[in-house]
Amino acid sequence: MLSLKVSAVAVFGALPFAIVTAAALANKKFPGKSLIDGVLHIPLVLPPVVAGYILLLIFGTRAPVGAWLNHLGIRFVFSWTGAALASGILTFPFQVRAIRFAIETIDPRLHAAAETLGAGWGDRAANLVLPLALPGIVAGAITAFAVSLGEFGAIITFVSNIPGETRTLPLAIYAALQTPGADSEAARLSALSILLAVLGLALAELANRRARAVIGT
Amino acid sequence: MSIEVAVRQQYAGFALDVAFGVERNGITALFGPSGAGKTTVLNAIAGLLRPEDGRIAIGGRVVFDKAARVWIPPRERRIGYVFQDARLFPHLTVERNLRFGWRRSRSRMPENEVAKVIQMLGLVPLLQRKPVHLSGGEKARVALARALLAAPDVLLLDEPLAPLDATRKNEILPYFERLRDEAGLPLIYVSHSLDEVSRLAQEIVILKEGCVAASGPIFDVLTDLQFPDFNRASPYGAVIETFIASHIETSGLTVLEFAGGELLVPRMERTIGTRLRTHIRAEDVMIAREEPRAISANNVLFAAIDDLRESTPEHIDLRLLCGATPLIARITRASRTRLALEKGVHVFAIIKSVTVAPQIS
Repeated sequence: MLSLKVSAVAVFGALPFAIVTAAALANKKFPGKSLIDGVLHIPLVLPPVVAGYILLLIFGTRAPVGAWLNHLGIRFVFSWTGAALASGILTFPFQVRAIRFAIETIDPRLHAAAETLGAGWGDRAANLVLPLALPGIVAGAITAFAVSLGEFGAIITFVSNIPGETRTLPLAIYAALQTPGADSEAARLSALSILLAVLGLALAELANRRARAVIGT
Repeated sequence: MSIEVAVRQQYAGFALDVAFGVERNGITALFGPSGAGKTTVLNAIAGLLRPEDGRIAIGGRVVFDKAARVWIPPRERRIGYVFQDARLFPHLTVERNLRFGWRRSRSRMPENEVAKVIQMLGLVPLLQRKPVHLSGGEKARVALARALLAAPDVLLLDEPLAPLDATRKNEILPYFERLRDEAGLPLIYVSHSLDEVSRLAQEIVILKEGCVAASGPIFDVLTDLQFPDFNRASPYGAVIETFIASHIETSGLTVLEFAGGELLVPRMERTIGTRLRTHIRAEDVMIAREEPRAISANNVLFAAIDDLRESTPEHIDLRLLCGATPLIARITRASRTRLALEKGVHVFAIIKSVTVAPQIS
């Protein structure tokens, strides 16, 4: 199923960046922190169509970045990878927020304890922060995945509605509604969409509980 | 292993200027009221805090020297730190918590010693549990073992018993006593509890408002009349180190020997040779100029008055030296006048057996 592929690639592709961004925002005080924090939230308030248009301006085959990538054999426009890119960027804030919250709730005194036991910076990141933030990371990924499944405006603007290539679930519903006599198809896809959304929420809750059990709160 | 500490730090409205040395293995108590700077000093030794000025050396290795610009980060200082709140890693089992420092230590403690520590602290049944399923006392023991297994040069303890109730405390205290006697490393024990300190420590450094007010062997400092902070403590008195010399079956008494004499106490079900600290309250010590005869009290000790001080308008405190062991007696001003007690005068200290309170370890 194309939608699942697009969303999965979007979420996992964005995950490493989300973790690094979240960790930086949670721990460090650095110049421009509030600026980055603000920029990060733009995808939440930007109309998706505008986001898609901006992506087109950057990654279009005649745009500078797009032309360069095209030269390397990477093309985003009118391709499912472009849909994934758009989804990944638009759901990025959901991931960062969840991970950042998880990192911020880790007791800073545990860092001192780990340090006296011989753990350096990277050691603590890998063996203390990451495992303790894991529930937040999973919850963020699931939320982002669910939101990504519903992405419409940016995808249709950026990569169009190509059957089998960029026609994700919402786009398919839209296409079905535009086709005379395909009402039942639209209803069927909508039901599937609702099912996936509910499933996503349930999974997120499950992950949350599992995580709490791990940390023991 | 010796430790030298000199720390100066300025806060708004509070200045810390502390210097002391630890010369030998065993427990040195860092004692004082809350806000005296005890934890700050401990954090400076651990490297969790970088003082504005000073110098810290552990076993001759300089870990901080402002003037020489030496700074060794906490993870390379080879210190063990037992926090008041245990700070176990919530996502790891007890066993993996214990191995956290062990895995990262430069010279890993051999397995048979690891097993000994786990055994000594009674942790075998807890190894597979998560910290959330441990009681306060169990957490304290795990935290202690975790620090020990990293094979540190010095162990820093920040009020490890403070969050526990009296029952739990008495459960853990024997572990600390064994540690003191067996671990063979210096321990710096922060506490504001006179009870814990007088039971555990060999040396004491008293902090007051950011400065060292007194320091030295604990039995001397606690009985120093010129350092009056303790004479309002209740119960006020001396703590002496004794061991069980013999049991007298016919009279139902046990003989405790100390440097300078013997004490008879009601029979204790303990093996001969057991070391224990004994608290003798100042108000339980009577003074006589001549050796009393036909008296119910079992203990009549010959002693010299080493120091005396008016503690209240009605009371006089005497510091007595019984051999090398200091005792404290509190008498009325009237008695002092009647007996003409002065520094250097020899007296008999009379102590009823039933008033002696041995702290059994």
